[in-house]
Amino acid sequence: KRAGYYGFGEPATEEMIAGWDIDVRPDGTGLPPGSGSVEEGEVLYEEQCAACHGVFGEGEGRWPKLAGGFGTLTQERPEKTIGSYWPYVSTVWDYVHRAMPFYEPQSLEDDQVYAIVAYLLYLNDLVEDDFVASRETLSAFEMPNQDGFFVDPRPDVRNAVCMEDCKDPSEIKITWDSTELGVTPVEHFKTDEEETGGAAPVEADPNLGLNIYQQ
Amino acid sequence: MSKPRPDRAAEVLGKVAEAAGKVPLKDRRDFLMRGLALAGTAVAGPALAAADKESFMPPNVPPWTRSLGRGVVTVPYGMPSGFEENVIRRTVPWLTASNISSISFTPLQDLQGIITPNGLVFERYHAGVPDIDPGKHRLMINGMVERPLLLSMEDLMRFPSVSVIRFIECPANGGMEWRGAQMEALQFTHGMLSCCEWTGVPLSVLLEEVGVKKGAAWVLAEGADGSAMTRSIPMEKALDDALVVYAQNGEALRPEQGYPVRLLNPGWEGNTSVKWLRRLEVGDEAWYQREETSKYTDLMPDGKARKFTWVQETNSVITFPCPEKGLSSRGRYEIEGLAWSGRGRIRRVDVSLDGGINWQPARLKGLVLPKALTRFSLMWDWDGSPALLQSRAVDETGYVQPNLSQLREARGVESIYHKNAIHTWRVAESGEVTNVQID
Repeated sequence: KRAGYYGFGEPATEEMIAGWDIDVRPDGTGLPPGSGSVEEGEVLYEEQCAACHGVFGEGEGRWPKLAGGFGTLTQERPEKTIGSYWPYVSTVWDYVHRAMPFYEPQSLEDDQVYAIVAYLLYLNDLVEDDFVASRETLSAFEMPNQDGFFVDPRPDVRNAVCMEDCKDPSEIKITWDSTELGVTPVEHFKTDEEETGGAAPVEADPNLGLNIYQQ
Repeated sequence: MSKPRPDRAAEVLGKVAEAAGKVPLKDRRDFLMRGLALAGTAVAGPALAAADKESFMPPNVPPWTRSLGRGVVTVPYGMPSGFEENVIRRTVPWLTASNISSISFTPLQDLQGIITPNGLVFERYHAGVPDIDPGKHRLMINGMVERPLLLSMEDLMRFPSVSVIRFIECPANGGMEWRGAQMEALQFTHGMLSCCEWTGVPLSVLLEEVGVKKGAAWVLAEGADGSAMTRSIPMEKALDDALVVYAQNGEALRPEQGYPVRLLNPGWEGNTSVKWLRRLEVGDEAWYQREETSKYTDLMPDGKARKFTWVQETNSVITFPCPEKGLSSRGRYEIEGLAWSGRGRIRRVDVSLDGGINWQPARLKGLVLPKALTRFSLMWDWDGSPALLQSRAVDETGYVQPNLSQLREARGVESIYHKNAIHTWRVAESGEVTNVQID
């Protein structure tokens, strides 16, 4: 059918679109005019961000870590921060602008977002303390892990439909038993005596990669 | 037949009136509390149950047969029986920093069939549930289109609609188990999963209406919540089976599911089905938003990460028996479970009782729909021996659900998302069921 066949709704005017179309792409498309320095960013960051993300971007409690973690992506406990993991600085600008601070999203002016982005790059040792973020400086900016991503190659694993004698029974070992950890809330189906962990634990074993839902 | 005496009639009518008003809405909470108390004794008190037997069991007639029940619209929007108070969403508090950006799990252990009741569909928010007035909500379509458009809900609902039954699964479902078995309950190992009948407008119809310009290859979907959630969707999917939906299981979307309108990308990771949808932008390249760079990318052992891992691969789990519902005695049981694939229909499911040494085909029950939960079953005579139960699903593309060791070999243990491995329940001689991993 041709465009406008149903004719429902009203035209979205340029003014309407300007208010809602806030996305920024890696090539800088969508970045507004304005600028902000590392120095200005430090003040804003400490006021608006540090309580959750830590003074140095290290993350308070379970709140996301924003800085550091370089060289950890192949290690046991990778630290995926803006500096160590994020491929594009455009995403930092876009996300801070659209969704941060967590308690008051879309409250920052464009210049303030530029300043905070400048400071986040500084916290990650990616710029000097005299850096000024703007459309010009950010559009050309290359992040360390820019080439760290590749398109989904799945299916990457092939299993077979074996029906009989598929394994050697003597080789079957139970390698993990969830009840040994006692980190699951189970009071709705186990009595206290049955709970292996006793009182409900609040902290999971840090070696188990459990905290997947940071933010 | 003689008429009742006037005084008798008044008494009768008084009783009827009393029964009709038994649970006024303002006291619903009291009713629920009483329900809880009753449910508690029914489960926990064998001594009391024995005493009850006198009056509740045949040949005695129980009190609910000798009295009137509640009248119509005592509860204008019906709630489950108070005895079902245990069938609820649950969360694991230590998973997240705040319940505003967090996850809850569907109680798969308590459900039947393939449809998830609306109140039990798992939740995943990034900035809480917004209260959106549908009269004030607008969906904008802009970017590389001939006619940028602003639609009210009334406008949107005038387009020809479709209804489909499809699952939604969080790609982190089971993600806590990459390194080992940790969650002691089915609800927490597989509960970021639900399946509903969704009603709405094909995204292709809306794109046709605005007129997509040449060179357009992507659509950005954006939410109206405080996270203004965004994902880039390739045009191929947008024109294939993506939907803009406003109803689930026959009624308006629940606020938790995006009221008044959300995107639905069948078979794809739940994160792409953006809720509280406010804007669709057509463009020529992906936007690389936070939810497709920092999150929902899958880190591999070499330090590189997969991006755009949209499809939820074939998966299955045995839902009975499970840790929440063990075996009470020897004898005949129906093993039941759920299988699903983001690539299409489930073709078969096999069940093993011995940790994968031998397998037997299960029966697929009821509807077998593409990209929907599919229920399977196998009758089992349990002789009281320990068992290691597994299920293995195969979809219509021929893909066979893999072992965890195969996934780990290909991906390591840090990819967080897309763990669709064969799952193992250990059945002990006591009938107790636990979540284990085996080699």
